[in-house]
Amino acid sequence: MEAREIVFDFLEGYDLLGAFWVTVKLTVYSALGALIWGTLLAGMRVGPVPLMRGFGTAYVNIVRNIPLTVIIVFASLGLFQTLQVTLGGGDNFETVNFRLAVLSLALYTAAFVCEALRSGINTVPAGQAEAARALGLSFTQVLRLIILPQAFRSVVNPLANVLIALTKNTTVAAAIGVVEAAYLMKDMIEAEAQLILISAIFAFGFICLTLPTGLVLGWVSKKVAVKR
Amino acid sequence: MTTSVLFDAQGPRAKQRNILYTVFFVVAIAAVGWWVYTSLDEKHQLDWVKWEPFFTSSQPWVTYLWPGLQNTLKAAFFALLIALPLGALFGIGRLSDHRRVRVPSGVVVEFFRAIPVLILMITANAAYSEFTDIASDVRPLYAVVTGLVLYNASVLAEIVRAGIQSLPQGQTDAAKAIGMRKGQTMRYVLLPQSVTAMLPAIVSQIVVIVKDTALGGAVLTFPELLASVRPMSANYGANTIACFTIIALIFVVVNFAITSFASWLERRLRRAKKSTGATLGTGPGGGLDTIGTAPLVIEDGRAT
Amino acid sequence: MQLRKVTAASAAVLALALTATACGSEDKDDAAGSGGGGKITIGIKIDQPGLGLKTPDGKFAGFDVDVATYIAKELGFDAKNIEFVETKSADRETAIERGDVKFIAATYSINDERLQKVDFAGPYLLAHQDVLVRADDNTIKSPEDLNNKKLCSVTGSTSAKNVKEKLAPKAQLQNYGGYSECLTGLENKAIDALTTDDSILAGYAAQEAHKGKFKLAGFKMTNENYGIGLKKGDADLKKKVDAALTKMVSDGSWDKAVEANFGPANYKNEKAPEIGNVVK
Repeated sequence: MEAREIVFDFLEGYDLLGAFWVTVKLTVYSALGALIWGTLLAGMRVGPVPLMRGFGTAYVNIVRNIPLTVIIVFASLGLFQTLQVTLGGGDNFETVNFRLAVLSLALYTAAFVCEALRSGINTVPAGQAEAARALGLSFTQVLRLIILPQAFRSVVNPLANVLIALTKNTTVAAAIGVVEAAYLMKDMIEAEAQLILISAIFAFGFICLTLPTGLVLGWVSKKVAVKR
Repeated sequence: MTTSVLFDAQGPRAKQRNILYTVFFVVAIAAVGWWVYTSLDEKHQLDWVKWEPFFTSSQPWVTYLWPGLQNTLKAAFFALLIALPLGALFGIGRLSDHRRVRVPSGVVVEFFRAIPVLILMITANAAYSEFTDIASDVRPLYAVVTGLVLYNASVLAEIVRAGIQSLPQGQTDAAKAIGMRKGQTMRYVLLPQSVTAMLPAIVSQIVVIVKDTALGGAVLTFPELLASVRPMSANYGANTIACFTIIALIFVVVNFAITSFASWLERRLRRAKKSTGATLGTGPGGGLDTIGTAPLVIEDGRAT
Repeated sequence: MQLRKVTAASAAVLALALTATACGSEDKDDAAGSGGGGKITIGIKIDQPGLGLKTPDGKFAGFDVDVATYIAKELGFDAKNIEFVETKSADRETAIERGDVKFIAATYSINDERLQKVDFAGPYLLAHQDVLVRADDNTIKSPEDLNNKKLCSVTGSTSAKNVKEKLAPKAQLQNYGGYSECLTGLENKAIDALTTDDSILAGYAAQEAHKGKFKLAGFKMTNENYGIGLKKGDADLKKKVDAALTKMVSDGSWDKAVEANFGPANYKNEKAPEIGNVVK
């Protein structure tokens, strides 16, 4: 009992759960944003308008090749500090930084969602689209009613991986001062001596977040897979 | 106009509609672009004095950017060099017939895949400084490479596993039939064939590695490309926007070069392999004709 | 066949690159070996104009750099045998404890917490925490005015915490990795004040690109006694460095260095502190 108290003494004064809660919130909001924007991008990339196809391709290829750190710092410096975009956060830096981090994470992750979805679209048998067109459905109808539902079901696993990646990528938000898990960890390492223990705690925290995601979505993926 | 199974060949009305969409789209993008441009200009971020150092002198390139890029590439190179064989080892380990090999490999891979690289790097750096004698000037490099290796080896392991599993069972059966041992089957039959299938995934992982070195600059004192912003902007009057833009461009160019080289290599390998007649890339669609070819492993941006 | 050729070629390229980089880093190792081989490694800052800055020609400039060079000369090291390395604020104690650097001259203020881990020679400069505001901003007249204002500082710095906890608890605080980012915000009015030591702020304000844009508020919120950080218990080195600092002040080099580095900033520095006199 006593030994444990001494070992975990250093945790006092740190809001561990609070930091991980910020990580969770960052993940959930940016995941929703990335899913929506990524689907739109995928739609553009397979759609009939050449300019939108070009835009989708360019977007994915540029965003994928820039480090997330640069994107997040850019959002803070460019959007917030220069263009004064506060995303409704007003004068509260905490809110603004959080929202900017969500925005950057969503914009970045959308590129990967788009690519995953596109490959999902590729796995749908051509006959499905042909049949849909034969019924007289328009492009958006074909995509919305026939192709995407099947595509989504075949890429649950890759999308789960994107989600896990996103969870871990939220650590980069520390660069603009969002107090999430990695920010707290760096603070603690600087102030406390128990290096290995601190690392282990944070590693464990992330495993708690990512492993269930992988397991649950892996199960979902099997459940909804299109049997052919 | 390309022929896509997703939409009909376009008649006059569809063409008109497309033009309308295009115009809307152009107007929307132009509006956003104009707003960004004027706002930046208004805030004096586009003043020539902030950008001039990059275009009129070689000094910022020689003093800050080039050494930074060298460090970025060096870290990425070493990380890849160590992670590739390690990843192959663990990937094959997960396919082993022996529980004793399969389970630990699986645990290691899943463990390091679940932890952010940033945390791996911070831990490695602190551990090296506390428990080893690695000289201070190379310690950040070691820490960055260690973090990258631990994480990317586990991702590469999954790529290798998926690549080998994508081969038809007949390949293994045939190898067994001519009396090859398990190691031989792996070395002479399975691995060489799966390399082509794995290549795109490996390449996107290389891009991930290159981008991830930036984390070392952000949180450790690793003097890579992104870290060169600080001394650089301190010298040129806090032209941070200009500095970050230039650095983003360099990353795009470098990564684009890597991807281009890889797709060239892939085309070459595919051409060379035609005669062996390996069946690849049919994906979950089975024998059906699908809308396109599905890649083996989908890039998931599992890093920064 | 083809596959093997490509593999062989890539292997050759890898091997070549590996040896090239390996050689490169080996050379560097020799140079960095602190103490031995007639070289000395000194920790400085590389992104603070006026104190420690890596200039576009690849050299280092600033008051800290001048002081470090003078001390090294007194210790028997030529300017060309000095290896300057960047020591970030958070890494300074570790760098000393591990012997990565012989000593540190990097806006390193003496305080009790640090004294438990390292020893200090000096102080060699007395600075104060201050805020930098836009030249046309007259709303900040006292530290209390910082309440409800937007403050910026660098991640992990004590100055930001100090203001937030003691002087202006209602201030908004933005943390970045470097001061330049804060200046961008200050310039664009997204930030109202940048807070850290006045010596650092003066260096930024004096830069060509910033002339007339910013001003120091002159609050003197704390006393920052810059010392030379040394390994704990190295009394011999401490004595030598103290002697070097004393000599630097007495032969006028100190004034010259101040003039050269802070002169353009119009920074009203305190007079040379006496060795061992830490102003609380």
